[in-house]
Amino acid sequence: MIPEVGHFALILALSLALCQGILPLIGAYKHDSALMAVARPAAYGQWVFVAISFACLTWSFLDSDFSVLYVANHSQLALPTIFKISAVWGAHEGSLLLWILILSSWTIAVSRYSHELPDIFSSRVIAVLGLLSCGFLLLTLLTSNPFERLIPAPPDGADLNPLLQDIGLAIHPPILYVGYVGFSVAFAFAIAAMLSGNLDRNWARWTRPWTTWAWLFLTVGIALGSWWAYYELGWGGWWFWDPVENASFMPWLAGTALIHSLAVTEKRGLFKSWTLLLAICAFSLSLLGTFLVRSGILISVHAFASDMTRGLFILGFLGIVIFSALILYAMRASAMDSQAGFKAVSRETFLLLNNVFLIIATALILGGTLAPLIFDVFNLGKISVGPPYFEFAFAIPMIPLVLLMGIGMHTVWRSQDLQPLLRRLRLPAALALLAGLAIPAIVYGRSGVLLTVGITAAVWVGVAALMPIYQSWRGPSGSPRLTRAMLGMSVAHLGVGLFVLGVSIVSAFTIETDVSLRPGERTEVAGYSFEFRELRNVDGPNYRAIEGEVEIRKDGEYVSTLRPQKRTYLVQKSPMTEAGIDVSWNRDLFVALGDPLGGESWSMRLQYKPMIRFIWLGAFVMAFGGLIAASDRRYRLYRKAAADETVQGETA
Amino acid sequence: MKSRYLIPIFVMIVMGAIFVVGLGRDPTKLPSPFIGKAAPAMDLPDLFDDSVRISNKTFAGDMVLINFWATWCPGCFDEHDFLLELAASGVIPIYGINWRDNRTEAISWLQRLGDPFTANAFDGNNRTGIDWGVYGAPETFLIDAQGTVIYKHLGPLSRDSWQRDFVPILNARDTNAP
Amino acid sequence: MKYFVIVLSFMIVSAAVHAIDTSTPFDDPELQARYEKLIAEVRCLKCQNQTIKDSNAFLADDLKREIRRLLTEGKTDAEIFDFLVLRYGEFALYRPRMSGKTLALWIAPFLFLLFGGYAAVRIVRQRMNMPIDDDDLDSPDTAEG
Repeated sequence: MIPEVGHFALILALSLALCQGILPLIGAYKHDSALMAVARPAAYGQWVFVAISFACLTWSFLDSDFSVLYVANHSQLALPTIFKISAVWGAHEGSLLLWILILSSWTIAVSRYSHELPDIFSSRVIAVLGLLSCGFLLLTLLTSNPFERLIPAPPDGADLNPLLQDIGLAIHPPILYVGYVGFSVAFAFAIAAMLSGNLDRNWARWTRPWTTWAWLFLTVGIALGSWWAYYELGWGGWWFWDPVENASFMPWLAGTALIHSLAVTEKRGLFKSWTLLLAICAFSLSLLGTFLVRSGILISVHAFASDMTRGLFILGFLGIVIFSALILYAMRASAMDSQAGFKAVSRETFLLLNNVFLIIATALILGGTLAPLIFDVFNLGKISVGPPYFEFAFAIPMIPLVLLMGIGMHTVWRSQDLQPLLRRLRLPAALALLAGLAIPAIVYGRSGVLLTVGITAAVWVGVAALMPIYQSWRGPSGSPRLTRAMLGMSVAHLGVGLFVLGVSIVSAFTIETDVSLRPGERTEVAGYSFEFRELRNVDGPNYRAIEGEVEIRKDGEYVSTLRPQKRTYLVQKSPMTEAGIDVSWNRDLFVALGDPLGGESWSMRLQYKPMIRFIWLGAFVMAFGGLIAASDRRYRLYRKAAADETVQGETA
Repeated sequence: MKSRYLIPIFVMIVMGAIFVVGLGRDPTKLPSPFIGKAAPAMDLPDLFDDSVRISNKTFAGDMVLINFWATWCPGCFDEHDFLLELAASGVIPIYGINWRDNRTEAISWLQRLGDPFTANAFDGNNRTGIDWGVYGAPETFLIDAQGTVIYKHLGPLSRDSWQRDFVPILNARDTNAP
Repeated sequence: MKYFVIVLSFMIVSAAVHAIDTSTPFDDPELQARYEKLIAEVRCLKCQNQTIKDSNAFLADDLKREIRRLLTEGKTDAEIFDFLVLRYGEFALYRPRMSGKTLALWIAPFLFLLFGGYAAVRIVRQRMNMPIDDDDLDSPDTAEG
């Protein structure tokens, strides 16, 4: 019964989404306030039914109702409760339902916090979001129904893929989706602006916080995915430029460009067509990501089971949405830009360059990801494009960007005097060069061009980002107050510095050794001694494991005891490694069990990964910076006056 | 309207077209780089009798199928009945290469399920498999009388795939034959 | 049967278990370094996007063994890549080899930089000559908003 309720709730949600999507748009066109007023109630109603549907699916999992095909395929009786819940979004159908729930949630957030916006505008935004919901609901109902029944129901399920039975991976999709889906809001704002033919600085002010929130969730989501891959997959890597990873990274890059472009549009009314195009791109790239993952068109470790019907449907949906948006763009964008100017050395120029480099990076990653497909379609053969290409291609626009970032933060709008700027930058430049040359040599005893460039860039950005904070704290009492927006910017850019530092050092100084050891034997890696003490059998709720105990010492001093496991899950019978990791602020020690080699010996991989935590620390600090910036008072303070201004300026 | 604002739509349409075509393709199917070229060298012991060698000379002079199989491969089990059928029909001789397997198990497998192969080689260490560009079992090569690779089929053979993929090639060759 | 299932499951879920190289490292550290670099660039052809370094599939082991053999025979990196491409096609390499077809890929970063730079210069030039005295939207932050 419950699954049928869930299914029916989705149908009701679809009908509400149709009302939400169509009626307010007609109302906005005709200035009919009754029709426009349909938007919010329809949105709230849609959310209620989507939530009911999601709850029904969750209940089916918690109840282990194997008469539901999706539950039977992705759960089992012995699955721990927490993973029964995360199994809801563990595969294609359920994750689509999660997407719909999150889209609906963003929509009611917009409904709730848009009362200051003129009705014509807010009803259009909510309507666009409603149309997007319709698309996803149709996709689900027609091709990917999670409530499909399996009669007769099997006595036990096929278990959730053991790779997914992990907390990190359980929360990674929801957070990632909050980010992905959040760009729909920026998209909806863009469409509403183009429909009205009016895009002004108030529009940018309204759009900024929504975009920043989506961006920061996406940042955290990607970081979680990378961190999970590192500790779960057992080979010590944290990014493989896999198509699905790229699918999440491209919207992030476009979203970062969008945030910066919005800043210029808000301040000077410039870059309007850029901002619109970036809003459309960020959203399109997140939809494209969904398509790539679920259609089977690219080979990826992350891909869901693929299906050509689903692929075609998603592609069709993608095509309609983006085509309409781009037609609107072609029609409206050219009339929009203002006549304001800026000098060659100015904040505007740096933000322009920022956009250029980010867009180049996005285009290169897109090209590299799609190249195998393009070659195949044009019968040029089958090729593979992997990390060797992406690392090269990504570094080319990124190195100049990071260097410019340090300067850009300290420039003023319109026109920046060169002398004071150069004087301010002497300190970060000096510290950066010093660090770049000294750290490799002194701390790690090695050097290299790329390494020095990386560390120099990281310290350059980090110090440049910290300077405003330091000055605001320690400066003379007359100095300008640090708003949250400025603080957020500094913190976020500091995060970039930390990230680049982590990447540079771990890439250059990782030590990885494969050894074979017998219990009682010991070996040494990077100055640490690893002693393989013993092996034992351990049983988990739905797996059996062999656990090794490895004791680590440095210069005789005890450091830690790690317990890497080799698990065999009972139902799917697939082997999984759980690595043992000793975490510290400046290095990770990593032990993974391999295979028994006979005669009590086991193969093991031991790794020393210096500064690897800074990679995710940097990402989280970036997101935190975004959070600070998004909570700036001015997004709430001047809404009334601004809203009045815009109503007067409304043309459509 | 300035024409440069139409560029994004143009890009989108091109990409859309590429995706539509791409959806019909299988990215995991690797075509063999040997098609149209001479079959790679082979020199392996016979599965049943170590002293006998099976090489390219063994199957030269006839159009043949070379089938890489293993006892641990479920697809090989699936196609086995069809291979027996095909061998019985006498349309084309099938030479087997037992790939990365246990010799004793392979022999008893064939004894239990039937042996469709004119001759069977044993490639225990995958040297030959790699030389032939094999990456998963089963894989079946169609080689002509001169030893040129004409076609490679990935995955299990079935009546349908035989009809669809092999028969047209064989017919085309027959009409060309003097 | 149990052996069958375990081996089979290794084939299928090769992504879940990383590969630990149990072969003896080369005595010559330079050869070992070349080996490490090569195996990180060769694709495990039956896996869902992994290098032979990271994959547990037996094909990955066999390919590693072949690469070791070729290294001890004194082959160059290029010759080793040729060996693989001859048998499996360009698909086997994660670094697309430079050729007429892949030229676009490798030149793209520089082309894009050039084009982007040119576009930026044009825009800045255009804006340099436009008026800069417009009103700020009333906001409490200073010029550095």
